[in-house]
Order: sequence, then C-alpha cells, then structure tokens
Amino acid sequence: MSENRPIILVIEDDPPIRRFLRASLSSHDFEVQEASTGKEALMLAAQRPADLVILDLGLPDMDGLEVIRRLRDWSRAPIIVVSARGQEKDKVAALDAGADDYLTKPFGVGELLARIRVALRHAATIAAGKDQETTQFNVGELRVDLAGRRVFVGRQEVHLTPIEYKLLTTLARYAGKVLTHRFLLKEVWGPPYVDQTHYLRIFMANLRRKIEADPARPRYLLTEQGVGYRLADE
Amino acid sequence: MEDRQRQSDEIFAKLREEAKAKHRGRLKIFFGYAAGVGKTYSMLEAARAQAAAETDIVLGYVEPHARPETEALTLGMEVLPARQVAHRGITVREFDLDAALARKPAVIVVDELAHTNAPGMRHAKRWQDVEELLEAGINVYTTLNVQHVESLNDIVAQVSGIQVRETIPDAVFDQADSIELVDLPPEELLGRFKEGKVYVPAQAERAMQKFFTLPNLTALRELALRRTADRVNAQMQAARTALADTHVWATSERLLVCVGPSPTSARVIRVAKRMASALRAPWIAVHVDTGNLMSDAVRDKLTRNLNLAEQLGAETATLSGQEVAEEVVKYAHARNVTKIMIGKTGEPRWREMLGKSVVGQILHRSGDVDVYVIRGQDEPGEQGRAQAVGHGGPPIDYRRLAKAVVVTILCTGLAGLMRAAFPKLSDANQVMVYFLGVVFVAARYGLRAGILASVLSVLAFDFFFVEPIYKFTVFDTQYFVTFAVMLVISVLISTLAERIRRQADASRRRERRTEVLYRLSRKLAGTAGTHQLVSEAEGQLAESFASEVAIFLPDDAGRLKPALGGSSSFAANQRELAVAQWVFEHGQLAGTGTDTLPDAHAFYVPLASARGAVGVLALRPIELGRFNPPDQRQLLETLAGQIALAIERDRLAEQAQKVLVQAEAERLRSSLLSSVSHDLRTPLAVIAGTSSSLLEGGDALDGPGRRELLQTIVDESNRLALLVDNLLHITRLESGSVTVNKQWYPLEEVVGSSLERVKKQVAGRQVGVHLPADLPLVKFDGVLVEQVFINLLENACRYAPAGSPIDILAHVEGGNLVCEVADRGAGLADDERRRVFDKFYRGQAAGGQRGAGLGLAICRAVVEAHGGMIWEENRPDGGARFIFMIPLEGQPPQIDMSLEPKAEG
Repeated sequence: MSENRPIILVIEDDPPIRRFLRASLSSHDFEVQEASTGKEALMLAAQRPADLVILDLGLPDMDGLEVIRRLRDWSRAPIIVVSARGQEKDKVAALDAGADDYLTKPFGVGELLARIRVALRHAATIAAGKDQETTQFNVGELRVDLAGRRVFVGRQEVHLTPIEYKLLTTLARYAGKVLTHRFLLKEVWGPPYVDQTHYLRIFMANLRRKIEADPARPRYLLTEQGVGYRLADE
Repeated sequence: MEDRQRQSDEIFAKLREEAKAKHRGRLKIFFGYAAGVGKTYSMLEAARAQAAAETDIVLGYVEPHARPETEALTLGMEVLPARQVAHRGITVREFDLDAALARKPAVIVVDELAHTNAPGMRHAKRWQDVEELLEAGINVYTTLNVQHVESLNDIVAQVSGIQVRETIPDAVFDQADSIELVDLPPEELLGRFKEGKVYVPAQAERAMQKFFTLPNLTALRELALRRTADRVNAQMQAARTALADTHVWATSERLLVCVGPSPTSARVIRVAKRMASALRAPWIAVHVDTGNLMSDAVRDKLTRNLNLAEQLGAETATLSGQEVAEEVVKYAHARNVTKIMIGKTGEPRWREMLGKSVVGQILHRSGDVDVYVIRGQDEPGEQGRAQAVGHGGPPIDYRRLAKAVVVTILCTGLAGLMRAAFPKLSDANQVMVYFLGVVFVAARYGLRAGILASVLSVLAFDFFFVEPIYKFTVFDTQYFVTFAVMLVISVLISTLAERIRRQADASRRRERRTEVLYRLSRKLAGTAGTHQLVSEAEGQLAESFASEVAIFLPDDAGRLKPALGGSSSFAANQRELAVAQWVFEHGQLAGTGTDTLPDAHAFYVPLASARGAVGVLALRPIELGRFNPPDQRQLLETLAGQIALAIERDRLAEQAQKVLVQAEAERLRSSLLSSVSHDLRTPLAVIAGTSSSLLEGGDALDGPGRRELLQTIVDESNRLALLVDNLLHITRLESGSVTVNKQWYPLEEVVGSSLERVKKQVAGRQVGVHLPADLPLVKFDGVLVEQVFINLLENACRYAPAGSPIDILAHVEGGNLVCEVADRGAGLADDERRRVFDKFYRGQAAGGQRGAGLGLAICRAVVEAHGGMIWEENRPDGGARFIFMIPLEGQPPQIDMSLEPKAEG
C-alpha cells in the first residue's frame, strides 16, 4: 500500500507552511518530500522522481521559474505553484514556463487537494493516452466525440467551425487546467499569432454562444481573467 | 540693537569668508619696490625649498629675462610649457591657465602678478588668472612691485614721474595670505643696475634711466615698506579683534565719492580709497547722469573711472537727475553716508557767488554729513563741473548747425512775407518770428544750434529789416538796444529750451529703465514654470535691448544648457557655452565689453540669487557697442537679478507644491495606517484567540463546538486575506505602479468571469445580466475592469438585503461604454453619496460582514485610470445604481476570417 502512495515534492522555504502541507498531505495519503531551497529540490527530484511538485516561487537561492524550467527538462510530473505573488503576469509566467496550476497564498487545504487531484488525474490520462487515444470527453451536458469530430450539448448536436472545434478539443485535452492565451493561440492558430489575444476572445465568445446556456454566466468555458481559459472538468 | 545687527552681520561675513577660504588656494606675494631687488630669485628659492619638502610644485610661468643664477634655480623643477600666442605678427609667451588648472598642483609659481595678458587669452590680466587658480584651490607664489598696486599708482607717478599702466586691484594685495617683502638697499640696487644686472626691456631703457635714481628708489622703498607695515598692522589688529571677539568695524563710517569723466576724478577716487581703508569703511562711487549728451570718448573716461572705483573696492551707482548736488545728497542720506568726497571744481566765480556751484550746493545741503573737497591734480582750467557735465561736451554736429541756418532763413522769408503783406506792422512782429525760430531750433537741435540761430537771427533782422536794408550798418542807434535785447532773449530761450530738452531726455531714459524693469517683473510675476519664465524673459530683453538673448540653465550635473534649446545663433556655439559656464561657476560678468573673455560674441551676466548663480543671461547686441555704458550694465544686472529671483521663486513654489503633495500623501497614509491597523488586528485577534483556545481546551470541546471555532478561524483568515488583497490593490493603483494594459474585450466575458469570482457571495440572489447583443468589442484592461464588477457586486451583496435581486446593465452612449450594477437595497442617503468613493468609508451594512471600505475607492481609481467616470444614483423605485463610463477607443479590430476555412456547412 505504502509503495503506491503518490509522492509529492514540496519546495517551500517557510517552515510553518511546510509543516501544514506535510500534515494535511500525509493525512490524505500522499508521501511528502520536503525541500527548502531550489538546489535541494532539484537534487531530491533527481534521486527519487516525484509524482507531483508543489513549488513556492520565492526561494532563497534561485528563481522559482528557473526551478520549473530545470524540472521540465526531464520531468513531466505536474507542478503546482503556490505563491504570494498574486498578479496575473506572475501566473502567466509560471504557466508558460511549464507549471500546471497556480495557487495564490493564502489558500485553503480543500482547494489545494482539489488541484492536486485534477493534476494527478490529468497526468495519468496523458500517460495512458499515449497509446490508447481517448475517444470521448464528457462534462455535465457537454459531450465531445473526438473520434467522430462531433459535439453535443445534451442531445442537441452543436455545429462548430474548424477553429472552434480545435479550440474546444485543445481545452478538452487539458480539461481542468488553465491554459494561457499564448499557449492556446500557439496550439490553435500557430506561433505567429501568440499575441493576437482578441482572436482568442472573439472565438471564445462564439464558442460560448453555441455551447453555454447563458454565455454571460458560463458553465463550461471559464475565464481566468488576464491569464487564460479553462474548461470545467466537473 | 543696530550694533548687534551689525555684529551678527560681521560674524556671518567672517564665517562666509572662512568657508570660502577653506577651499581657496593660498596666495603668497613676493613684494618689492622695483625691478631687480630679487623677487623672482627669492620666489624660486622658496619654490625649491618646497620641492625639496616633496610638495607638488610646478613653475607655471617665470619671466624669461632671469639672470643665470635665477635661471639655475629653475633646473630640475617641473615647468609648465608656456602658451604661444600670436599677437600682431609676433609670438608671445603667455601663462597657460587651462593647462595649470588641468595639472592642478598643490603650489604653482606664476611670475609678475601685474602682467597684462595678450588679447585672446581668457582674462585681460594675470591677476585674474591667479584668482581663478586660487578659486580652484591651488596655492600660488607670485611677484609684485609696489608701483603696480592700484591705490598707490598716483603717488608713484608723482614720485617717479612715470605713469604705470599695469596695476592690480588693492583687494588682491590685501587678500593675499602672505606677503614676503624682498628688500635691497637702493644704493646696492643702483649698483646692480649700473652693472647691467637688472633686466630692462629694450624699449623702456631710457625711461628706466630716468627711473633708477636714488631719490626715486628711496621713495618707492618707503612706499613698499609702509604698505607692508600697514598690512602687518591690520593683521595684528584683526588678530586682536578675533581674540577679543569684538566687532571688527569699529567705525560705522560710509564714504561716498562723486565720480565724473575727468581725470581729476581718478585722483579723487584713489584718495577716497585710501581714506576708506584708513577708516575701514565701505565706500560708494556715485555718478550723476544729468541727461547731458556725452561723446563716446567722454563716456569711455567715465566708465574707466567707475571701473577704477570698482576695482579699488567701491560699490558703484549711477543716479539720474538734473541737479547733481541734490541727487548726491539725497542718495547719501538714503545710504547713511557719513562723508562725501568731491573733487575741487573750477567753476566760474559767479556760480560760486550765487551758490550755484556743485560743491557749494553739496556743502549747503549736506547737513550732518562731512564733505571733503579734494584738489584735482590737473590744470586749474579744467572744467570742474565737467565732472558731471562732461568734459568738452558733445562733439559739434554740423548738420544741426546747418539746420539752424535753414530755420533762420525760413524765418527771414516768413518775416519778409509779413512785411510785404502788412507794411504797417511794427518791427516787433518780425522779431517775434525770429524768436519762434530760435525756440524751435534750441528745442530740436540743442544749445549750440540755438545760440547760432540767435546770432544769425539778429544779423538777418539787421540785414533785411532795419534801414538801410541789405546792409549791416544801422542808422537808428536805438536798434542796437533792440539787437542786444533780442540776442539776450534768444540765448536765454535757447538755454531754457536746451535745459527742458535735457530734462525730457533724462526722464525719458529713466522712464525707459523703469519701464523695462517694470515690464519684465510684471511678466515674470504672472508666469509660472521655468520654461515659460525663460521664454518670457528672453522675449522681453530681446525687445528692450535689440539683442539676441539666451538664458542658460544648469542640468543636474551642473553643465549649462540653453534653456530653450539654443534658439539663438550663438547659444549653440561650444565656445560661447564655455564662456557661459565660466560665468556660471565664477558668478562674474564676462564676454564682449568686459575684461574677461572679451572675444566672446555675447555679453554674459550671471543670474545671481542669494544662493549663488541659478543660470546665465547672455545678450548679443545686434548693434555692436551697446553695453559699455555702465548704466546699461547695471540695468542688465538688475534685470538678471529679477530673472534669477523669478526662477528661484518658481523652483521654491515647485518644491512647496511637492512638499504639499507629500504632506497630503503622508496624511492619507497615516489615516490609512490607523484604519488598517484596526482592520488587521480584529481578525488576527479572533484567529489568535480561537486557535489558542482550541489548543488549550480543545479536548474538552465536543465535535460541533470544535467545528464552530475552526470555521471562525477560516472565516477570519479569509476576511484578512481579502483586506490585504484590497490594500495591495489600492496601493498599487495609487502609486501608479499599475500600467493599464488595454486590450479588446467582449464585455460579456468580463462580466462572466467576475460573476464566477463572486459565485459564493451572490449565491441565493437572482443576478440579471442585460447586455445588448450588438455590444462592440471594447478596449480596456480586463483584469482591472473585472475587479470593478467584482467590487460593485460585492458591494451590492453587502448593502442590499439577502436574496434581493441584482442587475447588470450596459449600453453604448455618446462614444462611451456605460455599465451599471443596480441593487434593491435602501439606496444611499444624501450625505453618504459624496463619500462612498472615499477610502475607508463604510456604510451601514444590511447584515453580515463589513467590508474594508476600499472596494469603491478601487473602482474609482480603475475607472479614472481608463479616463472614465463613476458615480452613484438612487433608483426611483428603491435601491442604488452604481454607474461607470469608459470612453470607447478606436475601431475594434477585424478578424481575418480567411484563417477559418469554411469546412462546416
């Protein structure tokens, strides 16, 4: 049993925060490794690869973004950033560097556990999805038939343009995770369009009109203002 | 009282001097009574001694005429290369000031303090070079002969019969830190002279033969010894004063000396200087401008005399007025002068008898002021009143005289016509016509023309109208009386008319001065901002002086720049800029028409304020030669003072404004702090209390009780987090560190994301979103506008009863996006409406938690950062509406639909 417990690497220089993370994560059946500096963390991660990393951006020895980049060189383990810097540009920088999620301090344990679950599930799907292609995505009334390239809300089929479809499937592939404007533009339109955020907004508005019951109060296509979009996964 | 005031003034003066002296180099003068006593030798010996003591000493300039034993002393010393200056086809060696300043040794040796530099050097005189070296903190060794001391100049001339042209101001000598007297008995000096051991310039050989006589040398030696003794005496007194700590100026004397253009004045000035020194009193040299025309030569002499006075340490002033005596006495009273000195004037005896002489009048009016009348050294025939009136008067203007002739001819013609028309008329009428002509001529063309017209009129009247006609002979002897009376009246009229003209001229000039000053100060008073001040001042001065004007102001590094970016042709010139920089650093006049850097194109005046120069004013006269008159120079300095004052005032106002803003910020910060500390402590107290009670007695609590306490901790933590968030937000917004990142948004998306963020708060309410379907894309900062919606929604939740609906509306109106969040609460009371957007203003919450009082303040800051407005209204049927308006910008972007292949049907 204990061998199967997912390993979480907590990189945080503040002892009280480490303490409560350790307490709550252990009690939720995770194995916790702790590091208080970037160097220590990279060493630990190399010795025993973690299933998930919780990273504080404000480390004493190196920039948190640098830690993300170094980890991403060889590891696909999800990284959740917890930071006292709550500004959108910090979030975007962390996500663009390869982090999977971003939580601003202070945060509740419930919130953190939820994000961990999403990230782990997502990592598992990707790991599995490598060989067996997912054919269908479901959340609430929304159903995307990836094999048949069809989209339904309830029983009603929705007709999407190719770009809208591509946008929706990209979001679906990373459901529950915030995707930055830059990432979506690159994936859907291609690298030359990474700064044309209004393209994304206009197509997103069109997509909402087709999928959402009330586009001004979306149920599936959620906006993280200043950061990007997320497709609800529950 | 006055005494104490003076004492404190002196202490300040002393402190200022000491502060200046700290950075100033020390001047040592090797002082002798004639060439050949061995000054240069002694100086070089001293220099060698310094060099041996490892002092950083450089020979800046040593006269090349030194004898072999003197020459030998320079061997092995560092010598600054002399500057070679081409002057009238020959190359002259000159001391290289800039090289010396760049080398900056501890001590520099510069021979011949009284030397006059070749044209093209920075300063006209070497003592000015030395002054600059001292200013730069370099110690200077130099040599000087007694005949070169300005105030002794005339005595030397009297004693030796040789007028020395190269002089140094007494102040330079007096302020030297040490004087070493180099003495040699005259007999020995004569012996050396005869042996040819004294260097004599070839062209001066004959003069020197006359000069080197025993009586001359003895007299000069006495002068030198006495001058040195005076100095020692003064030093001793100063030392004693410093010890006793009593004030230095035992007397409260102040001298005034009257200055005119005549050479006599120079002597009077020197006498005044000696007396002032003896009394240790300040002195003023005054010239009265009566409005008389002066030839350029006379004006030059006057300027030279005033400059002399200035060099000798006098304050100079030019007064305007018709009556010399009256102006002088008035000024003397105004300045608390105790002694007036005036040259003995050779005025006509009748003026003296009538009490009309200047000296007499001054004596008569002076009251308790002592008057000293000094003998002039010139020939007694020299016009005394010429001191003020001008020596020789204006040059004869023949055109004016010709005009007088023409007018007389016209009068004759007119009188002839009268006679022809009315043969019965008496001669008196023709005489009247001539008088008319004389008045006209005198008033228009001056006294000389008037007198000429008077004489011509009498002659013409005789020739044309008195029997026998066309002959100068006269039959009727009574006509002689007529002629005499006619002549006297004509001349009198001329004199009077001339006088009136002069007065008018003087008052016109005075008026012009006043007007220039008045106009400038009025303009400057009504102007704010350095740039505007400078441009106003330049405009005014350019107009008043018919010159190109530039004002230079220093940048942060102290380098001068034309304040308006070099609009004038000369201001951009690097050479001129260097002159301006010099003037700025030294606080002295320079440029064309002065002794310093006279080759510059413009005339430079420092903008002097109480705290040193704030900049430099430069004028380049369009007509050359306008700046020599001392009154112009004074006027310019006054104007420069005005400009400096205005610039300084502007800077102070700017600073005061900054201080005010800072104080306001400080006040806000402290009110913020007191609010914040309360708002931070309350939830902290709850968290600390609750958690510690859980820790202490947690075991005794049952499940629901524990849960309740834990929930309290979570709630309070969230409240604290919200407060901190809001504080950070408003601080960032107000400090201006937030840049508004505008992008094109569909409003719907922002409303949607904000509703998502306040999901918990609005739970249980019906939120109606009413957005028109055709709402265009709007350019704004999505994150900030989202925050506005969040804050307005939270606000509505807080103040409207639970469960009551909230509406969000938007529309485009007059180029603005107008958004509204409306609730069904109690609305706003009148006194609340003004304050809701203030920081830390909190209304009566309908229930539940109070906010931080920052939400609406943040909204206002965001909307204003977008150039919009936010306000509140009460709904007619109950509830409050918060409305904000953001101006629409530009055309929403068009999407390139070709990127969207129409694959779907």
